[in-house]
Amino acid sequence: MARSVSTRRKLITTVFAWAIGIAIFFPILWTILTSFKTEAAAIADPPVWFNFHWTLDNYATVQERSNYFRHFMNSVIISGGSTLLGLIIAVPAAWSMAFVPAKRTKDVLMWMLSTKMLPPVGVLVPIYLLFRDLGLLDTRIGLVIVLTLINLPIIVWMLYTYFKEIPGEILEAARMDGASLRSEIIHVLTPMAIPGMASTVLLNIILAWNEAFWTLNLTAAKAAPLTAFIASYSSPEGLFYAKLSAASTMAIAPILIMGWFSQKQLVRGLTFGAVK
Amino acid sequence: MNTTFRALMGACALAALATGATSETITVATVNNGDMIRMQGLMDDFYAKHPDIEVEWVTLEENVLRQRVTQDVATKGGQFDVMTIGTYEVPIWGERGWLVSLNDLPESYDVDDLLPAIRDGLTVDGELYAAPFYGESSMVMYRTDLMEKAGLEMPDAPTWAFIKEAAAAMTDKDNEVYGICLRGKAGWGENMAFLSAMANSYGAKWFDMDWKPQFDSEAWANTLNDYLELMNNYGPPGASGNGFNENLALFQTGKCGMWIDATVAASFVTNPNDSQVADSVGFAQAPDNGLGPRGNWLWAWNLGIPAGTQKVDAAKAFVEWATSKDYTELVASKEGWANVPPGTRQSLYENPEYQSVPFAKMTLESILSADPKNPTVDEVPYVGVQFVAIPEFQGIGTAVGQQFSAALAGQMSAEQALDNAQKLTEREMMKAGYIK
Repeated sequence: MARSVSTRRKLITTVFAWAIGIAIFFPILWTILTSFKTEAAAIADPPVWFNFHWTLDNYATVQERSNYFRHFMNSVIISGGSTLLGLIIAVPAAWSMAFVPAKRTKDVLMWMLSTKMLPPVGVLVPIYLLFRDLGLLDTRIGLVIVLTLINLPIIVWMLYTYFKEIPGEILEAARMDGASLRSEIIHVLTPMAIPGMASTVLLNIILAWNEAFWTLNLTAAKAAPLTAFIASYSSPEGLFYAKLSAASTMAIAPILIMGWFSQKQLVRGLTFGAVK
Repeated sequence: MNTTFRALMGACALAALATGATSETITVATVNNGDMIRMQGLMDDFYAKHPDIEVEWVTLEENVLRQRVTQDVATKGGQFDVMTIGTYEVPIWGERGWLVSLNDLPESYDVDDLLPAIRDGLTVDGELYAAPFYGESSMVMYRTDLMEKAGLEMPDAPTWAFIKEAAAAMTDKDNEVYGICLRGKAGWGENMAFLSAMANSYGAKWFDMDWKPQFDSEAWANTLNDYLELMNNYGPPGASGNGFNENLALFQTGKCGMWIDATVAASFVTNPNDSQVADSVGFAQAPDNGLGPRGNWLWAWNLGIPAGTQKVDAAKAFVEWATSKDYTELVASKEGWANVPPGTRQSLYENPEYQSVPFAKMTLESILSADPKNPTVDEVPYVGVQFVAIPEFQGIGTAVGQQFSAALAGQMSAEQALDNAQKLTEREMMKAGYIK
């Protein structure tokens, strides 16, 4: 029997949800607002909200000083490439763990996740030296490889969770109908796991897009993505908050827009199987 | 005829290939500050003089840059051909053979024109390992209107006692005006830059001649107690989180009576576009206690060439151009004398046009009064005014800075902070083999 929810309770819940939403979005809103201020207005005390002289000068300066498009393309290639490569490896891995589990499958999954527990700086020097010797420093392919490896445990875990929700009997039926392993994964499993896979892809793209440790440490001029673009506007000696905010807004805009349009899939995927 | 034509075509093709082969791209790693960004906008002059060299810029925040270039130079990663490095790194890297010597710069470069204090800090065993792009010291910036209102007159070279008196007189907490703003944020280049320089003027030092830490000395106790007294009574709230930028924002919005910090700030606080107090700022040398050294530091951002680069000649051509007298004149002609990178060449300060810049005289006097080889009252085994030029200093300096920042935040007493600083420095110096 459905519980009746009082109007008062609904109101409280709504206000609470909006308050949390605004609190989470506030830093982004403030960054966007600051990007349209002068440097003097950016540090004004008390802070000015909307009543300031709106200017596009900061965007013009950023555009003039930096090659935004090159950084943007590097971000697209690195995040897209690492997600694609990650999926190619993770789908068969998650399939085997979900449908043909071995005695140690859980241990393997935990071991994979444990690699995320090591602070990245702990392996910076060996990876840097490997990259130097393999000629991968400041290359997009190098970053695609390293970001794939970093995000692989998360992709495998997420896909494993989604695949576990799919009844094994459906795959068995496909097999009885003569489907090969390849057909079973591509034509039967994948369509059913689309919501989960979509959210995995989206989350992985967001993680790769925002990754700022390896992308700053392994790049210089050629392969530097938007994280390096933002870092170039941070200054400990000089108040350039408005320009930094403009650079940040330009860097996060593509991923924000992508997230906005795909939020339905993202939420559907993340809550997939949450309520049984 | 046919053979001649073919030979000509072949020669043209070879010439084209040779032209392509000699065109080189160098990667320059730099910090994001006004002078460096200005240089990126003036590159047409360099390209006109060196059409065979292209420059790619990697601009990074100071701490990220330091980590990136250190990693690259130590592993000979070869990602950068020219690096922007500070006076802390140059002697350490030069000694290890990580940098290319610049002793063979042409006579027209006039290396003798570099300010001795800056040049000495970049020279190891007679080899110049980096060329200074801009130099800075620290000085007192103060509000002339508030000083007048307080009935005081700032001397050119004040004492710490006067600073305390002026801070008390200028403080008006009800109107959010604080007598003095100083760095409080923990870090070897943050609060410890200020406190190490202040300690020099109190006769304190980091180490004695046997590398034994000296935080248990009376001079350090006096330094820290006076700093805390100043900040607790006359400083802004939450000062333990304030670095250069936070204090700059406070000063520009009229909340500080005095601010002791980098000379480079002078151009910001006097810029009417950004500063609400631009027309009422005065300058004075950093304070002293009558013991000799003043409480000012010495720093320069320099261009160095890592030993791992394959493009030494192109890199040297760039370094020579960027740190030359001609570059100074180029900036002056395009952006005005106030925007010329300061603090590197004597000839700049002899230029009558530059002498009319309000903060030029005080900047030069501050730079000249700092001596990195004899930073404090007693003889010390290290080089550096606000740092100790040993590789271990970054870690130790930041750890000590955390203790002093905690004392400023009221989390521990000055005695406790000094005791912790002494113990942790002893431990690290023992581990590094300086003391047994």
